[in-house]
Amino acid sequence: MVTETMTTEQEGQRAPSAVIRVTRRVGQVRELGLLVVLLLIFVGVAVPEPRFVAVNNLRDILLSVAIIAIVVVGETLVVLTRNVDLSVSAIIGLVAFVSGDLFKQHPGISIAVVIAIGCAIGLGLGLLNGLLVSYGGVPAIVVTLGTLYIYRGLDYAIAGGKQINAFDVPDRFLNLASDTVLGIPLLIILAAVIAAIFALLLRYTRLGRQVYAIGSNPEAARLAGIQRNRLVLLTFVISGLLSGFAGILWAARFATVDANAATGLELLVVASVVVGGVSILGGSGTILGAMLGAILLATIQDALNILNISPFWLQAFYGAAILLAVMLDTLIMRRLQRSYLTRRL
Amino acid sequence: MRRAIRLISLWEALLVALLLGAVVLGSSLSPYFLNSNNLSNVLSDLSEKSLMILSMLLIIIVGEIDLSVASILGLSSVVLGDLWMHNAPLAVCIAAALAVGTLAGFINGLLVTALGLPSLVVTLGTLALYRGCAYIVLGQLAVSNFPDGFTTFGFGSIPGTLIPWPFVIFVVLAVIVILVLHGSWIGRQLYTIGNNQVAARFAGIRVARIKLILFTISGFISGLAGVIFTARFSSARADNALGFELDVITIVLLGGVSIFGGRGTLPGVIIALFVVGILRNAVALADFPTETQSIIVGGLLVLSVLGPNAIVRLQNWLTRKRVFATLITYVQRSRT
Repeated sequence: MVTETMTTEQEGQRAPSAVIRVTRRVGQVRELGLLVVLLLIFVGVAVPEPRFVAVNNLRDILLSVAIIAIVVVGETLVVLTRNVDLSVSAIIGLVAFVSGDLFKQHPGISIAVVIAIGCAIGLGLGLLNGLLVSYGGVPAIVVTLGTLYIYRGLDYAIAGGKQINAFDVPDRFLNLASDTVLGIPLLIILAAVIAAIFALLLRYTRLGRQVYAIGSNPEAARLAGIQRNRLVLLTFVISGLLSGFAGILWAARFATVDANAATGLELLVVASVVVGGVSILGGSGTILGAMLGAILLATIQDALNILNISPFWLQAFYGAAILLAVMLDTLIMRRLQRSYLTRRL
Repeated sequence: MRRAIRLISLWEALLVALLLGAVVLGSSLSPYFLNSNNLSNVLSDLSEKSLMILSMLLIIIVGEIDLSVASILGLSSVVLGDLWMHNAPLAVCIAAALAVGTLAGFINGLLVTALGLPSLVVTLGTLALYRGCAYIVLGQLAVSNFPDGFTTFGFGSIPGTLIPWPFVIFVVLAVIVILVLHGSWIGRQLYTIGNNQVAARFAGIRVARIKLILFTISGFISGLAGVIFTARFSSARADNALGFELDVITIVLLGGVSIFGGRGTLPGVIIALFVVGILRNAVALADFPTETQSIIVGGLLVLSVLGPNAIVRLQNWLTRKRVFATLITYVQRSRT
């Protein structure tokens, strides 16, 4: 670290406070831990089933992560502010159907227009969530549990029993999900770029630090003059927007979309965020960690598939992953706090 | 304090108006709505939810939440079905279903109290975990060859009346909850915990133990609801009662219980139970599918917290305005 090379005098002025150092170290430990677990899974599964580490399979894993990862980025921002967004799956489903339906109803509509409409819907739904949470003073869990069912209900109301099929949408749209740039699938590049942008924003901008601040100590953040409501609103808007964008990609990737698309996905998204080391109590965690969390869960899903374990195990596994991650976080945090306190004394 | 009381009674008046509105809506949407058979259907449809709101009420009053109730219902239903499929006697199946529900609730409580984790995350995790366990046990299978006596208990009524059997259980449990919550020291302890947990602990209330007991009760009640659901539809499936937590939490919050704990009464919640039950029934008679009905329930959920917030804010704003007005007249008068 930079601080180690500084002279003691400078360190007194510039070194980050012990609390920040501790949380950073937890973050690094977590990310390293996730990588180790990933590696263990790869080795463990590849020994009996070598096709698990074939380039094609690795690509499939990353492809299945890509859409989820975009949503996970938004969810990470929301969770950092000590909130949660359960409505993401309903937004994905609604936008996926609407964008498919647009192609069906208006053949020849330009792809850019559909993407713009889809993103606008996501943004609008996220805005509603955010307004209710920040200015309405309603807890995020209540708001997004409600809108999870409201948005899904709208999806059903619009879709009825209808289904969008691959022949309803133009090939150019489906290509969004299968195109490659320099041999790398476009989806993966999109997800990586979005994740990188928000990771940099969080790490290096004032806005990013403010997001951490309101999550780790809302009262102190308020006294420091940070506009909490505005920031919380912003994170929900971003989460909605990214979910909307993910919905469009969902339609492009799976082509067949009905009112059930992406049902229950919110649990996978929350699980990815929590497993990735983002504290559900807000204020700590990184986009990189959340991405690793998403990749880890997708890898395990793929491993179960390759090992011929029934997909019925998946949901139980997501639940267990959430619980284990939260338990682990709490235990580590407590241990660190205790050691920090004793060191200071 | 007086304002809080005024707010509650105002809220209950609003609920009664909403209930009347729902009845008017129902009878205008369908001629069959006021039919006594249909009203019996409303009660029957509320069988499980009416029980689950009782434990949810207690949990929310102490400032926690249980999102996993519907998953526990599904899991206990599946356990019942799986044992029955393997030729266990019915009594054993029911006992096992209740035991699994209780255990599931106990695990929730343990994670919340012993490890100090937020109940929101714990029960979101177990929402997925318990439902997942239900899928692991039965997969896509459905068990449905239950004996007549069992299913009659599920959808039959008290002979000579149109009151379904499960509703009797609700009435008995509701009386117990009213007595305990509004007429005993236990109830006062629950409100104290919800209002100020730290103060409650300093006052010698065993907060952790009470919460553990409440989560365990919630698990038991959800298990019981699982048995009733299985009997009512004569079907044990892993996806039974999917999404019921929305209705249960909506009813409790709509009934005037504060999501932040410490405030709320059973009578309000019971009115809210019928509001949601009648609305769902009315809209179903008008041929709207369950998923579309959920738009209304989800909307009610958000409004039930947004409404009181808005009222309090409006009151504050009016008070401030009045204070300003008095201040200005006072200043003007002192000048002349």
